[in-house]
Amino acid sequence: MIKINDAKALRQIQNQIKESYDPQKKLVTICAGTGCRGYDCIRVKEALEAEISKQNINVEIRATGCFGFCEKGPLIVVHPQKIFYQQVKEKDVADIVTKTVMQGEVIEKLLYRDPVSSETVMKEEDVPFYKKQKRLVFGSNGIIDPTLIESYLAIGGYSALAKALSEMSPEGIIDEIKKASLRGRGGGGFLAGNKWEGCRKAHGSPKYIIANGDEGDPGAYMDRSLMEGNPHSIIEGMIIGAYAIGANEGYIYVRNEYPLAVLHLTMAISSARESGLLGKNILNSNFNFDVSINKGGGAFVCGESSALFASIEGRAGEPRAKYIHAVEKGLWDKPTVLNNVETWANVPLIINQGADWYGSIGTEKSKGTKIFSLVGKINNTGLIEVPMGITLREIVYDMGGGIPKGRKFKAVQTGGPSGGCIPESLLDLQVDFDKLYEVGSMMGSGGMIVMDDRSCMVDVAKYFLAFLQEESCGKCVPCREGVRRMREILEDICAGKGKEGDIDLLEKMSQAIADGSLCALGGSAPNPVLSTIKYFREEYDAHIKNHRCPAGVCKALITYSIDPEKCTGCGLCIKVCPTQATSGEKKKAHTINNDLCTRCGACIESCKFDAINVE
Amino acid sequence: MVNLIIDGKNVTAKEDTMLLEATRAAGINIPTLCAHESVSRSGSCRLCVVEIKKGNRTRIVTSCLYSVEEGLIVDTKSERVQNVRRLVMELLLARCPESDVLQKLAKEIGVDIQPRFVADQDKGKCILCRSCVRVCEEVVGVSAIGMSARGSHKTVGPPYNENSDVCIGCGACAYVCPTGHIEMLTTGDKRKVWGRTFKMKTCDTCGRYFAPVDQLKYISKKTGVPLKELAICMDCR
Repeated sequence: MIKINDAKALRQIQNQIKESYDPQKKLVTICAGTGCRGYDCIRVKEALEAEISKQNINVEIRATGCFGFCEKGPLIVVHPQKIFYQQVKEKDVADIVTKTVMQGEVIEKLLYRDPVSSETVMKEEDVPFYKKQKRLVFGSNGIIDPTLIESYLAIGGYSALAKALSEMSPEGIIDEIKKASLRGRGGGGFLAGNKWEGCRKAHGSPKYIIANGDEGDPGAYMDRSLMEGNPHSIIEGMIIGAYAIGANEGYIYVRNEYPLAVLHLTMAISSARESGLLGKNILNSNFNFDVSINKGGGAFVCGESSALFASIEGRAGEPRAKYIHAVEKGLWDKPTVLNNVETWANVPLIINQGADWYGSIGTEKSKGTKIFSLVGKINNTGLIEVPMGITLREIVYDMGGGIPKGRKFKAVQTGGPSGGCIPESLLDLQVDFDKLYEVGSMMGSGGMIVMDDRSCMVDVAKYFLAFLQEESCGKCVPCREGVRRMREILEDICAGKGKEGDIDLLEKMSQAIADGSLCALGGSAPNPVLSTIKYFREEYDAHIKNHRCPAGVCKALITYSIDPEKCTGCGLCIKVCPTQATSGEKKKAHTINNDLCTRCGACIESCKFDAINVE
Repeated sequence: MVNLIIDGKNVTAKEDTMLLEATRAAGINIPTLCAHESVSRSGSCRLCVVEIKKGNRTRIVTSCLYSVEEGLIVDTKSERVQNVRRLVMELLLARCPESDVLQKLAKEIGVDIQPRFVADQDKGKCILCRSCVRVCEEVVGVSAIGMSARGSHKTVGPPYNENSDVCIGCGACAYVCPTGHIEMLTTGDKRKVWGRTFKMKTCDTCGRYFAPVDQLKYISKKTGVPLKELAICMDCR
């Protein structure tokens, strides 16, 4: 392992590593993030390695972090031409090596094909999903091997640390972060520089630095991918932050359900330690700092700062009233800076390229980029990094490729379970911290769940409340009991048992729960209900007054029937129906017995002629 | 000393006094369930919330945990406060329909049952205020009971709901319980609490059963006072 003694030695080592990489050497990068592992990318990687050794050729196969375009995994890029292949299978490997790697020949069928123009795209950066992205934080994920510190050093890793320690004062760093207006990526959007300054000035010792990797929003996985794919960028940001506030000890709080993130962080910490980038007298600056990993048990509430501290301290993850800020009394009642992992990963960028450059990206009050996880009813599921201020429409249609099966966009839920649902009329909204808040949602940590016209907004609100009810720590009454009662009312509404006055009651309860809860989980828990009532009130009314679910989701309020004009009598719906509710003779229109039908949707999924009506 | 205004009244209080105490000292009542003088504050019942104003900003805070500040304007009965208090009371009434303490408190602060909430049948009178857990940990020092599970599944009791090895049967938990949820039954030479039966000790002077043997042993061990000296009840000392 290399030992890096000072800033000069770091530059030398970075150059040595860069020089040792032959730009003409054949290289195949393969996404080995958790998503692609679900597609068995590891077998593709092993097949690639086996093929290389079988053909006895000098090609590097590099397993990297998540590329982001999870919809199309497993993903590989053949360098130096940067040919981008998607949905690669083991059986494609021999061809890839023989044709593309060795002869530069492009295999058409593995290229991304634009669903609109039907044209293939050769390079990753030309795929519409990537085209409008600005991958400052996330971009290196696809090029570095997260298990090797050398790989990070090769792209100039730890240069920002060297600059901070050798050329900048702690106050100077704080000023730079303040000037960059870096806002916390974990949800609240507080100015990181103000936090750091408050902590630097706070009395009390020791001081602590914590990276919050307790990502728990349904459908959100950008923090995981960052920890898995580029752990050193987070650690580098933390060391700079620690130097700025005067902390010598730090923690990365990551949930144990993220085993790959835990593994890669552990490897990164240990190699940084061995290289002298963590520990005593870092880069000969007299500054000491070390990090340890604290594995969380997966409670959503532990992402809340005071619950997270309790969890690290070894107590149950329950929040406490926060009338004294964490920068003064945080972990073990000592001054603490807690920032989200993505926030930390932004720090080296700002130090390297300056606050003025950083400030040129984004909107007036939200600078830089944000990684979003785009999921739900969207063609291109994946992680995108976009400049703040991009519109929802660009995200949904240009990058996300629109709604599957040509259905109609209905809403996008942002900000996780405590966020809100944004309707079609606001698709041209510029996404930043304040704009999202103004329309009743929030940035949160960057989850975006897209819904189509088959999503019932009452059902969606019910889903999020059920999640929050499960995840409430149960300490305070409004959150523990109130969210449960709101969910019960929503269940009634979905079951056709809604009562006149329920909407008013829900709104009134929402206000009291938001005001009366101990922490931000309860404080924002009513948001999904409030935002769906605000934008989709008529859907609530249809459930309560007319006992109808316009989206055809709430089982108690819908019936299935078969359109005799469209039905060809193929019998497929009879085959798939688990309750024998569908019947009919071959080649004659079938029927559904609604007494037996459980509205499971299997017939709809199976019908090739769109003959099943839901009313 | 700190000067502040509570419900329009000029109030002076010592630094670090909580708003709850400062308000009560000023003769203004704030309902509470989880604040007990013997244990530290948890701020979990949320009945004691008040609205504070600093400059142009108003916010709802927990008066049992928020200390007095110079120039603070406090409203203990604002609409927002009453809305929170009403909901909390309605929620607790639905959780513990049998609790006479809650019914009385609800009447005092003018809250009725919310008919839209279906009353629970399985929660007893426990409002999960954790006074019992705190007294057992902070005052008695044995931590025989604790909270388990999360959210609406949360319960209080000994670990795994099995008989606790460390419980000394002192009954401090039953004493601090605001709603009388914790049942402690002392008859003759036996005391039953949390499913465990404790043997009672007779007073060496009057012969009356006065304390569980386990409790006296625990006190003796902790204080170093010989067991024999502890074998006299409070009345006979």
